[in-house]
Amino acid sequence: MTERTRAPDQHAGDEAETFVYLCTSCPLGCRLEVDAMDGDVIEVRGHSCKRGIKYGTQEHSDPRRAVSTTVWLHGGPCERLPVRAAEPVPKAQVREFVRSLSGLVVEAPVAFGAVLATDVAGTGIDLIATREIVAEREREPVG
Amino acid sequence: MPITSQPRHLLSRYDVTVVGAGPAGLSAAVAAREQGAERILMVDRDPEPGGILLQCIHSGFGLHEFKQDVTGPEYAHLALERVIEQDVDVLTNTYVTDVTRDLRVKLMSPEAGISTLDTGSLVIATGARERTRAAIKIPGERPAGVMTAGLAQKMVNLHGYLPGRRAVILGSGDIGLIMARRLTLEGVQVLGVFELLPFASGLGRNVVQCLQDFDIPLHLSTTVVDIHGHQRVERIAVAPVDDDLVPQLDKSWDIECDTLLLSIGLIPDAELARQLQLNLDPRTGGPVVTSTMETSLPGVFAAGNNLHINDLADWVSQEARAAGAAAGDVALGRHRARQDVTVTPGRNVAYVVPHTLSTERSQTVSFRVKQPIYGDTMLHLGDAHKRKVRAVVPPEMVTMKVSPKLLDGFAGDTLRVDAIPVEEEES
Repeated sequence: MTERTRAPDQHAGDEAETFVYLCTSCPLGCRLEVDAMDGDVIEVRGHSCKRGIKYGTQEHSDPRRAVSTTVWLHGGPCERLPVRAAEPVPKAQVREFVRSLSGLVVEAPVAFGAVLATDVAGTGIDLIATREIVAEREREPVG
Repeated sequence: MPITSQPRHLLSRYDVTVVGAGPAGLSAAVAAREQGAERILMVDRDPEPGGILLQCIHSGFGLHEFKQDVTGPEYAHLALERVIEQDVDVLTNTYVTDVTRDLRVKLMSPEAGISTLDTGSLVIATGARERTRAAIKIPGERPAGVMTAGLAQKMVNLHGYLPGRRAVILGSGDIGLIMARRLTLEGVQVLGVFELLPFASGLGRNVVQCLQDFDIPLHLSTTVVDIHGHQRVERIAVAPVDDDLVPQLDKSWDIECDTLLLSIGLIPDAELARQLQLNLDPRTGGPVVTSTMETSLPGVFAAGNNLHINDLADWVSQEARAAGAAAGDVALGRHRARQDVTVTPGRNVAYVVPHTLSTERSQTVSFRVKQPIYGDTMLHLGDAHKRKVRAVVPPEMVTMKVSPKLLDGFAGDTLRVDAIPVEEEES
């Protein structure tokens, strides 16, 4: 668990370099060693199953993360509206993706899955609402 | 689709009443309805159904229950859609203030005032509470800025307040790990996560994606030993612990911060269970239940985190489905399955739920291991069943499906649940 992921080096070398990742595919948490040269994965070692190879290759060549955050909400039952990126965001752009939303204010009502912004922070990825907010008059008391 | 289905008029008698509209309550209500119970009431104290799912804005929910990776609010929405299809009365902004042992339920809400109703059966789905500073007796002063991770999550994700500027997190439970990432993305400096045990108590994927991705250090076998500050937290002291988990104060060091978040575990909210004088399991902190999640008081069922602390909302939904269906059966006066096998925690097992099994029906046994085993592990259910798994770790709940066929010939027996490394078994 304490094994730290090494960020891939940017420089292209002549020899294969080894990068270490902790596989998150299952609780076993295999310590994967990924050999790569010029960004291309040559070999994945340390895995116990096929999922480790897939994880190691993806994590080294194009790491992406599910991103969720909140934005300001006006006229809802609470002040923040939960939102998420419509698809996984490249790991290096996660912070910028979230930071760029700081000024966004959404007015109720909001449909479940509504697209609130497109091409967030130049990633080409949409922002969608993960909670339905009904109009104030529909939140009525027991009659 | 309206997000709630507030009833126009409360009935004086319901077949099934569900307390709590989180993942357990939502699932139990649907199952009771599908079982044929007609008058079903679900009560929640919050303004909208969904429970803690609404503040768990991160993904990782729903892979089992909805066959897709969704966030907490999305999971709540999908679960609520099933409820609304089933014509369940959902009453929000409402507290259950009292339940008697003959199942009279007293409710209180700003809109409807105080009302009393009778119910054929009751499902307790009240979830859990977070352990606080008092639970682990951290010495020091008592400034503002010390709070549970879930409270900080509610402040940030629902109400738009930051709990502080420089935060330390004690406990590597999933909520703590998730909040480390969440606070970092919101501009808070998270100085480290400290864990008393030699392993993280949250899921491995959260250690990678919430800490490593943001270069937040995880200090294992280390804990908070002092809190300083007059109005507000100014500084805390941390120290490594020895093999007996005793802090080595001579090796302590100070960290300047204004916030200390505690992610040190959940305890079942057993207030209703205690009021109803249900038998409780000291290992789980929740009620003792049969294979249909029926407690020691006939007609009262428990499901979700008030029964035992689950790792995934998906398992809560599944467990609550069994509870809700049986609550529907009982309300309709149907036959109860015999509870003729007892289960008990054995080697490397912290607790087992349910506490009895039936040779008449299929059921799922859930348990947690005490120590991690990183390798092939044999799970035993007495001599009735065994199953090999790749690894078992305390953060992940282990489940075993048990069919009546497996229990053939074990009626009247007590089965011990063990989790043993395969290599030790063979030697």
